[in-house]
Amino acid sequence: MNSAITPADAPVVAAWPGTTPRLLRFTPGVEDYAEYAGSGGYQALDEPDRLLDEVERSGLQGRGGAAFPLAVKLRTVRDAGRAGAHPVVLANGEEGEPASVKDKWLLRNRPHLVLDGVRLAARVVGAQRAVVYVSDPLAAQALDAALAAADLDLSIGVVTVDAGYVAGEETAAVRAVNGGPPKPTDKPPRPFQQGVDGQPTLVSNVETLANLPFILRHGGEEYRAVGTDASPGTFLATVTGAGRPAALYELPHGVTVTDLLALHGVSPEQVQGVLMGGYFAGLVNRSVLDATLDHETMRGLGSGLGCGAVAILTEDCPVAVAAAVMAYFDRENASQCGSCFNGTAAMSAVTSALRDGVATEEDLARLERWSVVLRGRGACATLDAATNIASSLLKQYPELVASHLAGACDSCRTSAFSTLRPYEVETAS
Amino acid sequence: MKIRLDRTLCDGFGICAKHAPEYFSLDDWGYASLAGDGTVPEVDRDAVMRALLDCPVHAIIEYGEHGPLGERSPAINAEDSSEPNVGAGDSQAISGFVR
Repeated sequence: MNSAITPADAPVVAAWPGTTPRLLRFTPGVEDYAEYAGSGGYQALDEPDRLLDEVERSGLQGRGGAAFPLAVKLRTVRDAGRAGAHPVVLANGEEGEPASVKDKWLLRNRPHLVLDGVRLAARVVGAQRAVVYVSDPLAAQALDAALAAADLDLSIGVVTVDAGYVAGEETAAVRAVNGGPPKPTDKPPRPFQQGVDGQPTLVSNVETLANLPFILRHGGEEYRAVGTDASPGTFLATVTGAGRPAALYELPHGVTVTDLLALHGVSPEQVQGVLMGGYFAGLVNRSVLDATLDHETMRGLGSGLGCGAVAILTEDCPVAVAAAVMAYFDRENASQCGSCFNGTAAMSAVTSALRDGVATEEDLARLERWSVVLRGRGACATLDAATNIASSLLKQYPELVASHLAGACDSCRTSAFSTLRPYEVETAS
Repeated sequence: MKIRLDRTLCDGFGICAKHAPEYFSLDDWGYASLAGDGTVPEVDRDAVMRALLDCPVHAIIEYGEHGPLGERSPAINAEDSSEPNVGAGDSQAISGFVR
């Protein structure tokens, strides 16, 4: 079976010039079992503890957005299993970020690479059971076919939920697998303490897990051969905006933003800034043109690499983009925490008023205060994402904010940027 | 004594902040968050217990030695766990939306 199941509005897919891709593959169609196993996949794992040491050496960080060291998570869950619990692996492929497509691409096109990673993680933590959690029907279809073809000594189930921004959060994943709605729960407990069926659960993004077969084959040192000291290896970057077709690149951490723009065919002169980490890490103004794409540099700019989604703003007014993202949070939050459903609605009202040239000084003062005091007040990080949008807009674009306060943005006055899901890669069905 | 507050349950009655204002902070709409990490010294126990017992939606939960009292115990106690708090990053973007 090698049928192409990539939808019509698929992104451009490319590797970084001069770098051998570890995750992407350019042969059209789904990679089947024979191809994957024939190119060195599904290798025997004799010493799971040695693989854990290599993962630690590799410095592999989670690709779901938080960049948490995978080795720490693996060790914690493994030790819980050794203390008498029954660990579970939950591979998170529910890519709730509309501006990101990497997880869907991996699952649709390289399901065996992901399943190989799931298998290895399960061996390391001593799990007898694993679940791949998705919302994309094409991903589920590819996984089902791959599971039927592979002979794994592990029970792997596929759980499919309706897509949603909050559905991809780790506690929402656990809750959905346990039979509840795909909405986050408050912490503690975190999944590594109490997850699927109350057992310690390793929740890892599918891109993170897809790096494990490389580490098994080549070791942690080789993994670090590209990337930076603090952000080793390559990552999948979904690049949108700038009036260009969306693209999925595999980039070594630490490449310059200007080189990425050149690869993507965008002139730096056109760039007003970027929306980083999907909708999570806020806006960065033209100072991003001096940056490199790694966690340490993006943190230094008060932003984050997050899930690797970069939306480039050229024609689109950053105020209108912020208003569109804030309206998305107002609609797509879990409607659970009062601080979140009230806070996102209030911040959305102000950013929309600012875009429309009808906001007041008092509105702006409230927005600024909310961007500080609402941080950390939700059970999940949706409200933090909204505060990131608000605070980054105010800090990164003070002149633009002032001109909007005076109602002087021509583009917003005539045809404001307005869309339900800014920089969405694939139209949601 | 250790407590947690389930903000998905909080309905913004605000009674907790009246009984134990140092432990519960309210937002502009009256919804509560814990002001600290939920550790309550003996001297404040009575006030926090009043908050817990008076919460109409039972959003405040006492955490026993092995997890929430009256619920299934977590397989690992948060206290014993070696994993650092993923929310403790120094980044302005906090810890990211943990996926």
